[in-house]
Amino acid sequence: MAIFKPLSLDEMKAKTKVLRRHIVRMTTEAGSGHPSSSMSAVEMVTALFFGGFMQHDPAQPRWNNRDRFILSKGHAVPVLYAALAECGYFPVEELMTLRKLGSRLEGHPNMKRLDCIEASTGSLGQGLSVGVGHALACHMDGLSAHTYVMLGDGEMGEGQVWEALASAEKYKLANLTAIVDQNGYQQTGATKDVLKLTEFQPKIEAFGWHVQTINGNDIEQVIAALTIARSIKDRPTAIVSQTQKGFGILPILAPTGDLNYHGKPLSKELAEKALALLAD
Amino acid sequence: MTIGQAAGLKLGKAVRDAFGTALKELGNEFPTVVTVDGDVGNSTRTEVFAKAFPERGFNVGIAESNMVGVAAGLAAAGKIPVVSSFAAFLTCNAYDQIRMCVAYPHLNVKMVGSHAGISIGEDGASQMAIEDIALMSALPGVAVVVPADAPSTKHLVKGMLEHKGPVYMRCGRIDVPEIYGPDSVLTIGKANQLRDGKNLTIIANGLMVGIALDAAVALEAKGITARVLDLHTVSPIDQEAIVKAVKETGRLVVAEEHLPHGGVGSAVASVTAQLAPCPIEFVNIGNTYAESGDPEGLLKKYGLTAEAIVAAAEKVCSR
Repeated sequence: MAIFKPLSLDEMKAKTKVLRRHIVRMTTEAGSGHPSSSMSAVEMVTALFFGGFMQHDPAQPRWNNRDRFILSKGHAVPVLYAALAECGYFPVEELMTLRKLGSRLEGHPNMKRLDCIEASTGSLGQGLSVGVGHALACHMDGLSAHTYVMLGDGEMGEGQVWEALASAEKYKLANLTAIVDQNGYQQTGATKDVLKLTEFQPKIEAFGWHVQTINGNDIEQVIAALTIARSIKDRPTAIVSQTQKGFGILPILAPTGDLNYHGKPLSKELAEKALALLAD
Repeated sequence: MTIGQAAGLKLGKAVRDAFGTALKELGNEFPTVVTVDGDVGNSTRTEVFAKAFPERGFNVGIAESNMVGVAAGLAAAGKIPVVSSFAAFLTCNAYDQIRMCVAYPHLNVKMVGSHAGISIGEDGASQMAIEDIALMSALPGVAVVVPADAPSTKHLVKGMLEHKGPVYMRCGRIDVPEIYGPDSVLTIGKANQLRDGKNLTIIANGLMVGIALDAAVALEAKGITARVLDLHTVSPIDQEAIVKAVKETGRLVVAEEHLPHGGVGSAVASVTAQLAPCPIEFVNIGNTYAESGDPEGLLKKYGLTAEAIVAAAEKVCSR
């Protein structure tokens, strides 16, 4: 079992740029995908995989006591592939096969193709339920493993999420942390204009969870919140991670007049500009 | 109920009762089995297991979608979850979850739908799964199993737990005649011949097996002998047994407690069309929803009787 040595704060900040560069390159090469939905979650994913919060081992992806990360907002999978490649689960060059015929890196996570993927997702609203199942099983087996599930704010419109919140509270799953990547947009526009589900902290607290709301693009706040989440021992925890869709390349997206930029890759020209912006 | 009377069968327990008892009896042999219920465990009988193994029984409330997702997570972490509800709510309400979280990643989840078919009776059409076989056998890699009686259920529950991968088991609510002996051996994926005959083969499963046996007795009095096959596994389907039946008896009647499309009849016809074309007649509830009523009255009104099978047999023999 390999425990990754946590990176320093500066090293993590550098890693966020590496992940963002991977996201730009792979989605532009694929000619499709969701770079802006991936960008908002980069700080959280970086802290989890490289900040010492997740115990995992690329040599034994299905090791029993590994900490789990489930990406319920499966369309943001480029951020997960970028992190997994940087951890050594597969070669970094493979990122460029994203969405191509025969590639293991499908457009949405597929646990049958890559054994470092914990759940096949892409149908929104389902990941937290699967996380409840993982957390229940780990609890039954006396494992210390922690399960993290990342959801999108638009995804909170699915009723199943609230079913899952209620069931996790019933079984007092302190080994489960839900992360709502609240980037404020969903497919057709601003999340607040689609359903008024935006005030997540009181809603999730009402389900008996411990909830924190942070600026999720500030990696120091992310680290502090994950540390607190891990210290809560009597109930499940949630982090409402308020982020910006496309964070890191907003100066590139702004002139396009589309800050949502949902489900489309950057053109080669915009990608070049983005990579220059994200250079070390 | 008069099912099985003509064939000299004794009334036994309901399939759902046999399922609950079998699960409890196998609890120690399969220590990783857990149950996940949508608050109807007292009806589906998983409660019998959960009472014997309280730390292994989870009731997640009236939330079928979450229930299936939780089961998928448990399976991914090495458990053998048995997730159950009324067949209508399990397969229809949580179909996307079954597809995405269980079938697509081919996880070892056992899905058990009770109260299937119109024979549940008085609760009415909203509670009657009549499309579940079509839905579940449409999913790649999901085994679909329909036990006919209590003794075979006991054996098929063990087979289901031993099977690697997702399984859907359909259970009926009402008491049914005992067709098999206590030591019967059934294999998932292999049809079971209950009676031989030379003029046609009646293929049935679930509740319809007892009715098919009654029909075979009635046909014999008319000089028509019928083979009866219990097709307890619809997917993967036993092509060999079906082709053999066509080669040896020439004609088929398929009887099921289901809609006409996508169920046992469709599955059998797709085998014969490709491998052994032959005349086939179908007995099913028709392209309709049923209604409230007593089970026997419903079976009669919606055409699931020995007489209906006899008529279909005579028709197929005249073709």
